[in-house]
Amino acid sequence: MAVPAIELKNITKTFGHIVANHKVSLSVMKGEILALLGENGSGKTTLMNMISGIYYPDSGEILIDGEEAVIASPKDAFDYRIGMIHQHFKLVDIFTAAENIVLGLKEEGPFDLEKVSARVREISEQFGFEIDPKKKIYEMSVSEKQTVEIIKVLYRGADILILDEPTAVLTPQETQKLFAVLRRMKDAGKAIIIITHKLHEVLEISDKVAVLRKGEYIGTLVTAETNETELTEMMVGKKISLNIDRSEPKNRQERLVVKDLDIMNRDGIKVLDDVSFTAYSGEILGIAGIAGSGQRELLEAIAGLQNISEGDIFYHDPRTGKTEDLKDKTPLQIRELGVRLSFVPEDRLGMGLVGNMDIVDNMLLRSYRKGHSVFLQRGEPRSLAERIIKQLEVVTPSAATPVRRLSGGNVQKVLVGREIAAAPTVLMAAYPVRGLDINSSYTIYNLLNAQKESGVAVIFVGEDLDVLIELCDRILVIGSGQVTGIVDARTATKEEIGLLMVKSHKAAAAKETESRGGNHAENR
Amino acid sequence: MFDTLASIIFSSVVQGIPLLFGATGEIITEKSGHLNLGIPGIMYVGGISGIVGGYLYEHFSTNPTAFLCIAIPLVSSLLGSGLMALIYSFLTVTLRANQNVTGLALTTFGTGVGNFLGGSLLNFFGESGSISLLTVSKYYKASFPFAEKLGPIGKIFFSYGFLAYLAVIIALLAHRFLKKTRAGLNLRAVGENPATADAAGINVTRYKYLATLIGGMIAGLGGLYFVMDYTGGTWTNNGFGDRGWLAIAIVIFALWRPAGAIFASIIFGGLYICAIFIPGLSSAQKELFKMTPYVVTIIVLVLTSIRNRRENQPPASLGLSYFREER
Repeated sequence: MAVPAIELKNITKTFGHIVANHKVSLSVMKGEILALLGENGSGKTTLMNMISGIYYPDSGEILIDGEEAVIASPKDAFDYRIGMIHQHFKLVDIFTAAENIVLGLKEEGPFDLEKVSARVREISEQFGFEIDPKKKIYEMSVSEKQTVEIIKVLYRGADILILDEPTAVLTPQETQKLFAVLRRMKDAGKAIIIITHKLHEVLEISDKVAVLRKGEYIGTLVTAETNETELTEMMVGKKISLNIDRSEPKNRQERLVVKDLDIMNRDGIKVLDDVSFTAYSGEILGIAGIAGSGQRELLEAIAGLQNISEGDIFYHDPRTGKTEDLKDKTPLQIRELGVRLSFVPEDRLGMGLVGNMDIVDNMLLRSYRKGHSVFLQRGEPRSLAERIIKQLEVVTPSAATPVRRLSGGNVQKVLVGREIAAAPTVLMAAYPVRGLDINSSYTIYNLLNAQKESGVAVIFVGEDLDVLIELCDRILVIGSGQVTGIVDARTATKEEIGLLMVKSHKAAAAKETESRGGNHAENR
Repeated sequence: MFDTLASIIFSSVVQGIPLLFGATGEIITEKSGHLNLGIPGIMYVGGISGIVGGYLYEHFSTNPTAFLCIAIPLVSSLLGSGLMALIYSFLTVTLRANQNVTGLALTTFGTGVGNFLGGSLLNFFGESGSISLLTVSKYYKASFPFAEKLGPIGKIFFSYGFLAYLAVIIALLAHRFLKKTRAGLNLRAVGENPATADAAGINVTRYKYLATLIGGMIAGLGGLYFVMDYTGGTWTNNGFGDRGWLAIAIVIFALWRPAGAIFASIIFGGLYICAIFIPGLSSAQKELFKMTPYVVTIIVLVLTSIRNRRENQPPASLGLSYFREER
């Protein structure tokens, strides 16, 4: 039997007490494409970073061509002919493609960009890229930039290629082009690992699928012998009961109606495509989806922080009974209507709170406009801060402690507490329990439930499906910027939502007809 | 007529050479992503270090040789400005201090060092009024012997000291280095996007250190030219004026291209002294004329911003400290 181009054996990596990878084993042959499948936070990128020399495994071994390899730095990885194409491109904008490709290389002979360009054209022809070596990066589309990254790796002679979510930034047509290139590289004997969470792409391009879940290695399947249902189940796992209290919605009324919403990002790619839904008062609407599927843009659009390309967001004001279009309103006007956004991006202190200011001043950020004198009135915010500290059990030396010195959970309590104190009519919370311990999480759940019971329309963007299923009333599932389904959280199963998450409309339609003919093997 | 024109051009070039040294040095520095506002101070120190070296040699040597008359001030000037540049690099590259604050502090410091050493020299040797190094500067001022025979042509092209030609050669070499060499490409990458350069295996710290150090030393030569050639070996405190700032303005005017800095320096040199050639100006009006280089710089800034070509913009990470992503 042939020796694998690269083989991982029982790789384990921990960060502090968090286990990012636990006993992961996989192998890729020459001329083979392995898809590495898993949800966010399942340890895919950590694993690949160990192959490309950014991290070093705590235990386990990596074999290249059957021999044990020590990859302690990106340079070592390069010496083993491993090339990684990161999600975020590392290119110099004002350089040409050719200049970026040779950057940092210590080649023999005089420096001749013409020769480099010729070699780039040669590689392009071999694998079917379309690239102009003399074009500047800043004039390129995202897909062209990705092409430059791939050529850069090939130019350096890589035989093992790792692509970290390469299709996340591409249009369907560009994805097809990329896949054509990947097939050619495979035919040329390269070993390819592609990280993804799009099931239809896994089925289309890969030979084998390795599945990770929460750092655990679940198993490797031959792509031709599996199907979406089986892979989804491996990816999301069995349901865990959390016992979150959930009351029946009372007095449901239309509060927020989003209609045919389109949003383009700066590169001109649609991040939200024809999104429509209604949020009702007195219920929690969950939003599920792989991170980066457009959740952030959706919430920001409602809060007035995103430019809307097309579509409308109607708001039914319970106080005046009027219907307003939020599309034409500034964030301030929207806030005054009672729409509140509590956003927890990766950087918790990024959008909601100012880290260097104390809790009182952070309260003041929302209310300073109410004052009438030149001087700030700190009395009211101070009592609000103290109320939040007491009610939500924020662990802090005092209300005068800078927020950045608090732990993540306590920061989150301060932020959510402040947003709720403003008596919103719509409360949007994105990943409010990310990084929180169990108790803090339940405090947040209870807060959201209390808001729901008092007639607020709550929109909850979450990543843990178990939480979404137990906390929310309905769950809207986003896949690649499209609404792939709205399900009743009381009856939905994890697998059902998981399948919706990894589908996009067009692909889903194509795959559905196909999978009806195939067998639905449930074993694994 | 030709004679007047020739002498205007001659004066512009003589004025422009210190600016050219400063601008070339600053361009190389900025290409590594470091805005060195300490250049005026570094040039000042480059000048006084040359004076100190030349003074010691002239006063303690009974029989000065031409070679040492040139070499000693040159080396001491490079040492002085190099030391200043090293302070800047250590603070901004290693300690990642704010570049603007560091640079401004260095300029203040350099001016102080220059005035202190200048004043001390006067006290030590008890000379009256000023320092004058006639022997040493003679070699710095020496130009082609045939220049005078050629009339206006000779005046325009062949009547400068060797440092003037060196300035042009360094600028041309720097231009070629940045555009045509592998190291130049790497240096530009460091200034544009250090994270990318780092990932490509370029030693970012080394490039930053070398660029700020060599850039500072080149700029320091501008100070040396000023004291040895332009003023003929004399030193007066604060005599250098605001030429250092003008050099930084030229970097913008020349759009970060050393070859462009050659012409920009001569034009700025001309603008700087054009008041002398316009008869009947009051001293207030002369000061107004001295402002023209800065006005021109502002106009260029406005124009390049309007045209907004990416190639004409400063290095993308200019002024930003580089932190390697670590987890």
